[in-house]
Amino acid sequence: MFYIYCPYCGEHREEEEFHPKGEAHIARPADPESCSDEEWGDYLFFRTNPRGIHHEMWVHAVGCRKFFNITRNTATYAILETYRMGEQPSITDDTREPLEVAQTPTETTPADNLEGVRA
Amino acid sequence: MSQPNRLDRGGSIDRSRELSFTFNGQSYRGYAGDTLASALLANGVDIVNRSFKYSRPRGIVAAGAEEPNAVIQLGSTEAAQVPNVRATQQALFDGLEARSTNGWPNVQRDLMGLVGKLSGGFMPPGFYYKTFMAPASMWMTYEKFIRKGAGLGRAPAERDPDTYDHVNRHCDVLVVGAGPAGLAAALAAGRSGSLVILADEQETMGGSLLDTRELLDERPAEQWVAEVTAELEAMDNVLLLPRTTANGYHDHNFVTLHERRTEHLGETAPEHNGRRPVRSRLHRVRAGLVVLATGAHERPLVYGNNDVPGNLLAGAVSSYIRRYGVVPGSKLVLSTSNDHAYRAALDWAESGREVAAIADARAEPKGELVEQARAKGIRIIPGAAVVEARGQNRVSGARVARINIDDFRVEGDGELLECDTIASSGGYSPVIHLASHTGARPTWRDDILGFVPNMVDGVQAAGGVQGVYATPEVLVGGWTAGAEAARVAGFEALEAALPSVETRHDGEAVALYQVPHQKATLRAPKQFVDMQNDVSAAAIEVATREGFESIEHVKRYTAMGFGTDQGKLGNINGMAIAARCLGRTIPEVGTTVFRPNYTPVTFGAIVGRHCRELFDPKRYTAMHQWHVEQGAEFEDVGQWKRPWYFPRRVQGRQESMHDAVARECRAVREKVGILDASTLGKIDIQGPDAREFLGRVYTNKWAKLAPGRVRYGLMCKDDGMVFDDGTTSCLAENHFLMTTSTGGAATVLEWLEVWHQTEWPELEVYFNSVTDHWATLTVTGPEARKLMSEVTDIDLDRESFKFMDWREGKVANVPARVFRISFTGELAYEINVQANYALHVWETLFAHGEKYELTPYGTETMHVLRAEKGFIIAGQDTDGSVTPEDLGMHWAIGYDKPFSWIGKRALTRPDTARADRKQMVGLKPKDPKVILEEGAQIVFEPEHAIPMPMKGHVTSSYYSPTLDSGFALAVVKGGHQRMGETVYLPMVDGQVHEAEIVSPIFVDPKGERQNV
Repeated sequence: MFYIYCPYCGEHREEEEFHPKGEAHIARPADPESCSDEEWGDYLFFRTNPRGIHHEMWVHAVGCRKFFNITRNTATYAILETYRMGEQPSITDDTREPLEVAQTPTETTPADNLEGVRA
Repeated sequence: MSQPNRLDRGGSIDRSRELSFTFNGQSYRGYAGDTLASALLANGVDIVNRSFKYSRPRGIVAAGAEEPNAVIQLGSTEAAQVPNVRATQQALFDGLEARSTNGWPNVQRDLMGLVGKLSGGFMPPGFYYKTFMAPASMWMTYEKFIRKGAGLGRAPAERDPDTYDHVNRHCDVLVVGAGPAGLAAALAAGRSGSLVILADEQETMGGSLLDTRELLDERPAEQWVAEVTAELEAMDNVLLLPRTTANGYHDHNFVTLHERRTEHLGETAPEHNGRRPVRSRLHRVRAGLVVLATGAHERPLVYGNNDVPGNLLAGAVSSYIRRYGVVPGSKLVLSTSNDHAYRAALDWAESGREVAAIADARAEPKGELVEQARAKGIRIIPGAAVVEARGQNRVSGARVARINIDDFRVEGDGELLECDTIASSGGYSPVIHLASHTGARPTWRDDILGFVPNMVDGVQAAGGVQGVYATPEVLVGGWTAGAEAARVAGFEALEAALPSVETRHDGEAVALYQVPHQKATLRAPKQFVDMQNDVSAAAIEVATREGFESIEHVKRYTAMGFGTDQGKLGNINGMAIAARCLGRTIPEVGTTVFRPNYTPVTFGAIVGRHCRELFDPKRYTAMHQWHVEQGAEFEDVGQWKRPWYFPRRVQGRQESMHDAVARECRAVREKVGILDASTLGKIDIQGPDAREFLGRVYTNKWAKLAPGRVRYGLMCKDDGMVFDDGTTSCLAENHFLMTTSTGGAATVLEWLEVWHQTEWPELEVYFNSVTDHWATLTVTGPEARKLMSEVTDIDLDRESFKFMDWREGKVANVPARVFRISFTGELAYEINVQANYALHVWETLFAHGEKYELTPYGTETMHVLRAEKGFIIAGQDTDGSVTPEDLGMHWAIGYDKPFSWIGKRALTRPDTARADRKQMVGLKPKDPKVILEEGAQIVFEPEHAIPMPMKGHVTSSYYSPTLDSGFALAVVKGGHQRMGETVYLPMVDGQVHEAEIVSPIFVDPKGERQNV
């Protein structure tokens, strides 16, 4: 269960107080009518699904009701920063190597490289 | 009563307090301080279970959480049944009743064993895999048989009399495990002043110090343990939790601790001052830092018939002798790959019983413990191991032979030693389970022959879990970890103050997992790797031969490490065998992933207080008690309790639902009815940009809605699909009141917020939920105006207070907002009053309503009446794939609004503009007595071969007393162009209903009645 810092409340709170709302920084096209069907479809339905750094929107649903963004490593679940709506992340794929924060064992074993369901 | 294996002295049991207990119906006696396992061994009980697959007799192997066999069922009554209890972890109490979970008709004389023996192929390796890959029906065939045979324990069939709870905790340092490392860590962190929690799964703190031969400060180790425990207990900043297992290590240092508070006292919590204490408790700990001091589990060696009762772990033998004064046999053979296991032989010899020999896999054993054994005259056979145990229900002998580990073969026939107990040790596996829960993969270390955990941020490890076994080093490591954790939390650690322990010089261990046998593994007597799941070395070899190379696949194919066992004893041995078969090294093969929970957690502790009446909050309207007194039947709508219908007593008999709903419907259509609509979501919207905002989130126009007016609105998502609807009233130029569906209230509020906060923060507008503040009473029917005129000062003239107007005034002398909106198609007034006054208003209406036959109606009548009018319910008639156009609601779509409102752009995508989309229509069954089934599929060609092309489905269907016929709303492909056509609804029972596509408005199509 995540421990999330709400940038509006200024406190860490349990994940139970928050709801995830999908990928962050998906701006609605300013002039939808000028979008092609494909562009509109991309806005509606297509999201990234990276292994590593991901910016995602959350809401402090049973707290201050504010929406904000989280930079999270999807491989380790580490939350690297939270920031207010309208602000930009300070950590991106460009600012650091994903593996630097991946905290996977330095020596990977063949088993690590095998794909498969780990039920 | 004799306890044949109990020593006259020794152990930390209280011989003055004798306890009686039963196992499989047989009475025994033990002492306070015993575990169920130590008491069974003291009484000479060899067989505690039958094995899962082969039904072989099994005895106690270990002394702690890693026990694979003695997994038993507790409880003397049905309500007190507890499955999956490890006898090694269950403290003995007076009157304890325990049973084996396996074995039919009983563990001593087991018929299933015969099956296992006769048809060894009954459950070959890969059985589950092959069964599940086969058609599902095969599993159904096997399941009954397997469950009967397997006896996996069972849940109680009666209500649990105990209570359980959750506690949320925060601390600077959480120390898991109170052996030497954990105690030292807690002491360092505690003395620094940081907030510390120390949890240990055993009855008492101390871990390996409870059965060590070593002296701390030249005194028995228990004395140091007692002093440290007392010091920690006295600290306000330290919480000690014995009998508490850290079961799961979750994200961001969230650790769940399962504390068993009364399970050592009785099968249900004993009453104390007339109250029952909480039986067990889940501590949800958010820790600053976690120090893992979880120690190590001894690995058994894998040899022939190593599962016959009397085969134990070497360390377990020492534990039973030193902690409980129990020697689990009379003549011992020890098979070991290391020095540390020699303790078992020394303890055994010192208790006055015979050690037949020590088979040491090393060619030249040397080390202090080896010398002590030699000095006692114990025979040591170097370069050898027990290759096979003899005996059926109890070990009767051990075949010891010289082995060549590198070539994996036996040299010579060896000799058969008579004995009744075989202790084995293949070294130690760090208990890395919790560390693995974090997702960090462990690393193999050749120097300690085990996996050590990798650490994520915020966790440290010390002692056995790091592969550090020498007590002085363990103490220092623990202190260092505790001090460092405290320092990170901002506390100053004091200088280490640790007891002196003489450093023992041990000889080097040798890597030995599966012991070779004269016969090949597939032909040798069964060599068990995972006893709980009955996985043998041969099974793993078969798996690798059948092409399963990934250890994750081998695990699934053989079931090794499954279930409550989680591979505590067998995993490393299994990986070593897979590595041997595949010609790889253990690190190349890798390890499987350990998952929560480390040991089983009772459902009670998981649920805590979130059960029965506290499972989910219930919401009641202000008139609830009145509804109850009128005998209403209730329906759950979200968390709300809404009256469903109000059955009357007619000639001493209660009306049926059908009759009650028909009567309520007629009352509304012919006289006047009243509905408690308080549960509708209400959102107060204010601000200079409120009107602009409404125009963006609703599909229709809001620019010109004047104060005093009300408008119906549809809300779409940006994909163009309808997700909620409701009316919004203009209270003042910058002030609106939005209503939502009952279930959609919270979702819609969040929806408004997300658009405001993330897309249009420049708009000045504020949203507030007022659902609970205002109660809503809907008075509707031809007589509604007459009734209202008796209780309100509002001018009800039909010209000045029109349909879709709202007025402020008093109703029953209470300030009210009255809205002329209608969900029934009849003349209607929706009265909003402050909820605290609502019951008074409701009762006043009834006082005046008698002469108009004012009739209360519930949600079922509301549904019938609205469906007769073709009014949708979002979420019932829509499902996230329906556009406003599909609903035929063009009148509610403002295509020419200046702002491209949410959903507009999507309505011109090719898919949303298709002519053959499912569109909402009415359905009139050809046979008026038929009520179509909601969800029933609609086809055009009933003679078409199955599968028939499905062209739509029924979304709402009722009996209409007004039409005296069944009727339905449905979505049908291209339905708007198919008016008058006949469709077919094939049912499960073979009947095919016929229906005509009609307008969805069945009653008063011109909408005249609501305007009267």
